[in-house]
Amino acid sequence: MHIMFFTERAYHHLPEDEIFKRRSFFGVPNTFLDREKGAETLNMYLDEKIYCDEIGFDGLMLNEHHGTPFCMGAVMNVEASVLAKATKRARIVLLGNPTPIVANPLRLAEELAMIDMISGGRLVPGFIRGAGSEQLFMNANPAYNREYFDEAHDFILAAWTKPGPFRWEGKHFHYRFVNPWVLPVQKPHPPIWIPGLISPETVQWTADHKYPYVALATMLKPTLELWNMYGKIAADQGYQAGPENFGYLQPVFCADTDEKAEEMGKGFMFGGGFSHFAKPEWMFPPGYNSKAATKRLASQAANPNLPGRGFDHDPETEAELQQLKQQLYGSYSDWQKQRQIITGKPETLIKKLRFILEVLRPGIFSFWLDGPYPHNERRRCVELLGKEVLPALKEIGKELQLTDPFEMKPGTRKLSGSGYEAVGNLRLLETEG
Amino acid sequence: MADQGCKEVKFKVGDHELQVVTGGSGKTLLVLHGELGFPGWLKWNQALAAKRSLCIPLHPGFGKSPMADWIMDMRDLAAFYSRFIREQKLTPVDVIGFSLGGWLAAEMAAANPSQFNKMVLVGATGLRPPTGEIADMFTVTARAYLNKNVVDTQGEEFRKLFGGEQTPEQFEAWEDARAETARIAWKPYMYTQSMPHLLENVVNLPTLIVWGKRDAIVPLAAGELYHKKIAGSKLVTFDCGHMPEVEKPDDFIREVTQFLG
Repeated sequence: MHIMFFTERAYHHLPEDEIFKRRSFFGVPNTFLDREKGAETLNMYLDEKIYCDEIGFDGLMLNEHHGTPFCMGAVMNVEASVLAKATKRARIVLLGNPTPIVANPLRLAEELAMIDMISGGRLVPGFIRGAGSEQLFMNANPAYNREYFDEAHDFILAAWTKPGPFRWEGKHFHYRFVNPWVLPVQKPHPPIWIPGLISPETVQWTADHKYPYVALATMLKPTLELWNMYGKIAADQGYQAGPENFGYLQPVFCADTDEKAEEMGKGFMFGGGFSHFAKPEWMFPPGYNSKAATKRLASQAANPNLPGRGFDHDPETEAELQQLKQQLYGSYSDWQKQRQIITGKPETLIKKLRFILEVLRPGIFSFWLDGPYPHNERRRCVELLGKEVLPALKEIGKELQLTDPFEMKPGTRKLSGSGYEAVGNLRLLETEG
Repeated sequence: MADQGCKEVKFKVGDHELQVVTGGSGKTLLVLHGELGFPGWLKWNQALAAKRSLCIPLHPGFGKSPMADWIMDMRDLAAFYSRFIREQKLTPVDVIGFSLGGWLAAEMAAANPSQFNKMVLVGATGLRPPTGEIADMFTVTARAYLNKNVVDTQGEEFRKLFGGEQTPEQFEAWEDARAETARIAWKPYMYTQSMPHLLENVVNLPTLIVWGKRDAIVPLAAGELYHKKIAGSKLVTFDCGHMPEVEKPDDFIREVTQFLG
């Protein structure tokens, strides 16, 4: 198993109500950003990642978001560059670079190549379409989002693997002189992983490319459904999808006592948490979703990441604002019941996580820690996760044969004589879940 | 729709199907709809259909006519329609364009003014307003954008079109329209940079420019610039928002009928 640590690197030094009253992190004016506190916070997050490397995490997972206190990692390649030099052994896992909004895939190919070179071949680059709100932020036409994504991916691979100089005349990208003098150390190119939420189109694309698919904290049952969709596509292509094809990101809070961890987990709901990432009209700008996806998303209930979203309008009075807050924080127990947030002291956590690993059988697993905690509490959580929980999960991984993509190349597992074998253990989820 | 005095007919433009709403009889009037699609057969349609044969193509990708992948900007769409009216032997045709449809008409006129006989632009996008900005439809819901189109959302025609709860069909149609509008009008938003220069080519084309004085979508300053750039054009303003045809149907019908003759 490949075990990673992830945090959104949120900025918490702002009045939480500013998020609640907009029902959105995206769009909170940057006048609330204290630059000194921001600088301190960013460095704290980098130090934390370096600490993770020291105590044995296999991977340091980064992402990026734009125009939001939800995530201070606006340009993850900058953070990855720091980590490339400051860490020694962990993989630097970027899930992922939003190619449609980066808009210059040649520049991106160079940045990633440099990170791989500086880190001595520890880069795992992932690619994403970017959140809807970020198409607005970077003014990337959402109607061409999928086309940009596909072409940028093909171009970056060509830039890394095809002898230069060559010319590229695509639909959206045009280069007259592709000949980068920085190339990844990992040949022919670094392993690519793709994160996703619920888009079947992304699952299809990822399975077609034999890339591992990392589910970003989606609920267990829909996750298994999508992974089995991946598995069937894999079988059509002649391979059996195994644990090496799947990763799972899980919000996890660890402390010295169960009570303390439970209290800590509430911090994940700061500002409404992921439910308030951005307003729906910003999450799904025009043309961003396929027609089929638009139909699916017409019902908010279909989105497993939005339990208890609360109001259908911005709170207009103080009383409404408080009601919304209560409603969102009140949904904390639902999040826990649905295993969207796992808390506990190490022994408790290991038991809870064992169940998730048995159900999903992922080869890649990442802890996700977020919330407005004092630095020492965060550090203690990371320490317990790295020193006590991680080794236990490694043992469970061995016992359950959860091969990661470095142990078995995704797409090379042979189909059994009887054909496709279901991914994960849905029966266990249904009987004990 | 048939009982409202119009019907839908399928045409071909090259390999592409084009769904067209037709109604009335007489000389053809090409009607180019706006960024949220053809809203429906209204009082003004009925009035003009008494003497005119209305030809209302439903733009490719806006739901009923399939998307044409190669149409990626307004100039492409303008070329598509130039071919359509030439092949249907409609040229020179009278044209009326609303909002994004007005931009489309202006783009066609700028490329070749002789394909039109008379042109009416209603709250047309297409020009960068000298003051103010074109309201951004992409950062708000379709419903919020629609409401901003008019001064009074309780007006009779507006309520007839958009009153009540949003239906799933409406939602999907608007999403189709918004997606296709994004494809062709995302950046710069809703205008052609070179339009002021291109419009200098529009000569010998009688043009009526209709605008709401309280237009919250495209500032009146854009209408005034159209007026300035299109030689011999006439600018008429009403006390309303972005939809004079919906908000001031009687004044609108009078002016347009008088102009078209």
